Amino acid sequence: MTEPVLDIRNLKVDFVTRRGVAHVLDDVSFSVAAGELLAIVGESGCGKSMTALSILGLIPSPPGRIVGGSILFQGRDLTRLRQSELRRIRGGDIAMIFQEPMTSLNPVFTCGEQIAEAVRLHQKVSPRAALARAVEMLRAVGIPEPELRARAYPHQLSGGMRQRVMIAMALSCEPRLLIADEPTTALDVTVQAQIFALLDELRQKTGTAIILITHDMGAVAEMADKVAVMYAGRIIERGPADAVLDNPGHPYTRGLLASIPRIDADPDADLPEIPGIVPALTDLGRGCAFAPRCALAVPACNAAQPHHVAMSRDHSAACIRLQANEVSA
Amino acid sequence: MTAPARTTVPAARGPMAEAWDIFRRSPAAMLGLLLLGLVILMTVAGPFLYQVDPFEIVWAPLTPPGEEATIPLGTDNLGRDILAGLIEGGRATLAVGFSAALITMLIGVVIGAYAGFYGGFVDDMLMRVTEFFQVLPPLLFAMVVVTLFQPTLINVALAIGIVSWPQTARLTRSEFRRIRTLEYVSAMRAVGAGDGNIIWRVILPNALPPLIVSATLTIGMAILFEAGLSFLGLSDPNVMSWGLMIGTGREYLLDAWWVVTLPGTMIFLTVLGISLVGDGLNDAFNPWMRER
Amino acid sequence: MSQLLSVRDLRVHFPTGRGGTIHAVDGVSFDIPRGQTLGIVGESGSGKTTTALAVMRLAPITSGKIDLDGIPISRIEGQELRRARPRFQMVFQDPFSSLNPRDRVGRIIRQPMDLLGLLQPPQRDARVEELLAQVGLRPELKSLYPHQFSGGQRQRIGLARALATKPDLIVFDEPVSALDVAVQAQVLNLIRRLQRETGLTYLFISHDLGVVRHVCDEIAVMYLGRIVEKASAARIFASPRHPYTQALIAAAPSLAPEHRRRGGGARLQGDPPSPVNLPPGCPFASRCPIAVNDCRSRVPTLRELAPGQAVACHLA
Repeated sequence: MTEPVLDIRNLKVDFVTRRGVAHVLDDVSFSVAAGELLAIVGESGCGKSMTALSILGLIPSPPGRIVGGSILFQGRDLTRLRQSELRRIRGGDIAMIFQEPMTSLNPVFTCGEQIAEAVRLHQKVSPRAALARAVEMLRAVGIPEPELRARAYPHQLSGGMRQRVMIAMALSCEPRLLIADEPTTALDVTVQAQIFALLDELRQKTGTAIILITHDMGAVAEMADKVAVMYAGRIIERGPADAVLDNPGHPYTRGLLASIPRIDADPDADLPEIPGIVPALTDLGRGCAFAPRCALAVPACNAAQPHHVAMSRDHSAACIRLQANEVSA
Repeated sequence: MTAPARTTVPAARGPMAEAWDIFRRSPAAMLGLLLLGLVILMTVAGPFLYQVDPFEIVWAPLTPPGEEATIPLGTDNLGRDILAGLIEGGRATLAVGFSAALITMLIGVVIGAYAGFYGGFVDDMLMRVTEFFQVLPPLLFAMVVVTLFQPTLINVALAIGIVSWPQTARLTRSEFRRIRTLEYVSAMRAVGAGDGNIIWRVILPNALPPLIVSATLTIGMAILFEAGLSFLGLSDPNVMSWGLMIGTGREYLLDAWWVVTLPGTMIFLTVLGISLVGDGLNDAFNPWMRER
Repeated sequence: MSQLLSVRDLRVHFPTGRGGTIHAVDGVSFDIPRGQTLGIVGESGSGKTTTALAVMRLAPITSGKIDLDGIPISRIEGQELRRARPRFQMVFQDPFSSLNPRDRVGRIIRQPMDLLGLLQPPQRDARVEELLAQVGLRPELKSLYPHQFSGGQRQRIGLARALATKPDLIVFDEPVSALDVAVQAQVLNLIRRLQRETGLTYLFISHDLGVVRHVCDEIAVMYLGRIVEKASAARIFASPRHPYTQALIAAAPSLAPEHRRRGGGARLQGDPPSPVNLPPGCPFASRCPIAVNDCRSRVPTLRELAPGQAVACHLA
């Protein structure tokens, strides 16, 4: 077994709002090893982006606060580091790319300058060497004529090119961990496929661990080794991608997978729906947050948070009906 | 369906109700509202409670406040009652402030709305006109207007309105340009709504929040402007206003501080109140604008 | 089968401001039989949304003909156009910006009837409640404001607004792309159920192949303002003939076991070229894996390769 690059244990994040305390992240645990791709999947508001922000120490505070758990990155607990120490890690050992590459690049600097700047923040090199490194990175992410593109401003590039620049910037300091938050949501399908291919190639070449945050189960299938499914601030199922996709345990995961309109499904049948909507984090009961929408719910579901039940090696789901073996496998 | 049926309908909450909720949570904004309310109350109810003609000579000139029980705030250089002046003058000052803001909004919103909605040639033309007014030095232009015509309150308000509408026009234009591309505007077109309907009944109500903030601040600015013109002797000498009081009292500042300081304080408190309300409105409107 | 909507050689060109011309839609033709759904798929810049807006008469038509049940929609103006508007309505993409935040939901749904003078005014409120029930919302909710609803509920309200005029045709522009998957399924099922119950005809714009597969009878694939392939939904997924359609289907993320960890399955390099200055020849030639010289000089026209399947490719 390789030592995981990132190991999150029982992480809890609270938001204090006008309407009360929201447990934005509740008992979140997972780990990623070098060269591994973990997908965190869920609907909007489930806490997947908040997980990414807490790794980077970027939770808006107030109202947010880490109230428990640990984030072990290469053996160090990030929740105990000072902001100045975190800043050295951000963009260095841990890098992040975002959904909208237009707003995450500075419009008044050229792409080359921005990558070079990122390099010089974390490595002691001359400006000339940093710029050379920038061009090299642009080439590595498959940008044609990198010398020319290094001199281009972000608005002069297409969306796909800009996302490549973001990736180049993120990888310029050879991070051990790359967090990609919905990196292809703003892009066209054919361009999304290119970015996926690029991320896949890079992780194989450099051994960077990747956390892919997405709402798209298709993206999970295409990319992930491991999956964590989130609902209302908790991980309700996790395991190897194949196991979760082919043999989902939690009724929510099953519902989510079934409700995707698929090219290869019978188009005449109605899509299975999950009734209702995601609950507000401020009015969750003591029990399973999914219970009000769950077809399999029994009174006991509302009594206490369900524990994770092992379904197979490394595959588990948090559902008491699973314990009782009433969810057929 | 397994979802439990909710039996109660939540209360309808319009964007304005939400904004008021945020507004009233801000102590600064509520303080501003209180200040403004007190000033308005004073000018409206004052004449009934304190029936003294502000132009009448009632006592020895330059009597300090508190020296004579019947004249609590003293007299000016002509022996006129300062409290009466503050009460009566507040009316004129506020009237000029509000009507100047109204004129500013009327001109600015109409021009900005058409420029922003139609774009192209109409926009180019209207914006050139706007720029022409924007490069005029405001105080100088207002002075010219007031000297050329009679320095009546209406003319002062008009002069202030004419120099300050371009800002409003630009703000309105940018809001209209943003909102006209939103889908609910297309949805109205798809059901055959005409341009007039879309401009005034669909886009304008949605463009209002920043315009209300700007109108509020315009009132404060107009009050300062009026004071400035009065100070220079360019206001209606037959109507008592705070500016006029400062203007006539300025020569006695060193001997009788109250003649200038009291109306000055009133202006300060009023404009402060308006600014606080404006800031509060700005914050109140922002959150729901951010959620699109 | 009678064609409800018939579009012939539709062109929508915009000036760029720098003297160029954007060929947003460049010679598009299609028919939709009554009660059926045509899907238009494509990537950004393909002209699919502009086509929808032109059919709705919300984008200026440069040339071409649009007929709805015998009404020459592309050529009528003013009062005549207003009188025709009840017959074709639209559901928009963004559940947040498509409803006026200042209006109560009841008024939003009632407005089309008010503006187009449908029904007697006292009957309109009853109709609003009926419409809300039809899209699966409780009628009492009509007094609330849009921001009090979730994304999926707002799309239902948008659908109720479109149904208010009892249209023959509804144009959907990416109606579920802003919604979460679970909610998306609810809205898609509703859209299909309404068609089954009322015999509505749909023009359905989407970038998501799984979604169009689920709701459409026929599918047209657009690239740079042109239709490059058109066939029945079953046929286009079973045997796509245009290289672009093939690449699009290959790139669509899928749960199928053969897609696992294949890293995206990219077949196409580069981005779609800009529609400002179209290259001569086939618009797809610059990204096409099988393009030959002929492709760069001669524009392929849409020709029928099999019954009900038309492809614009020299090599297909």
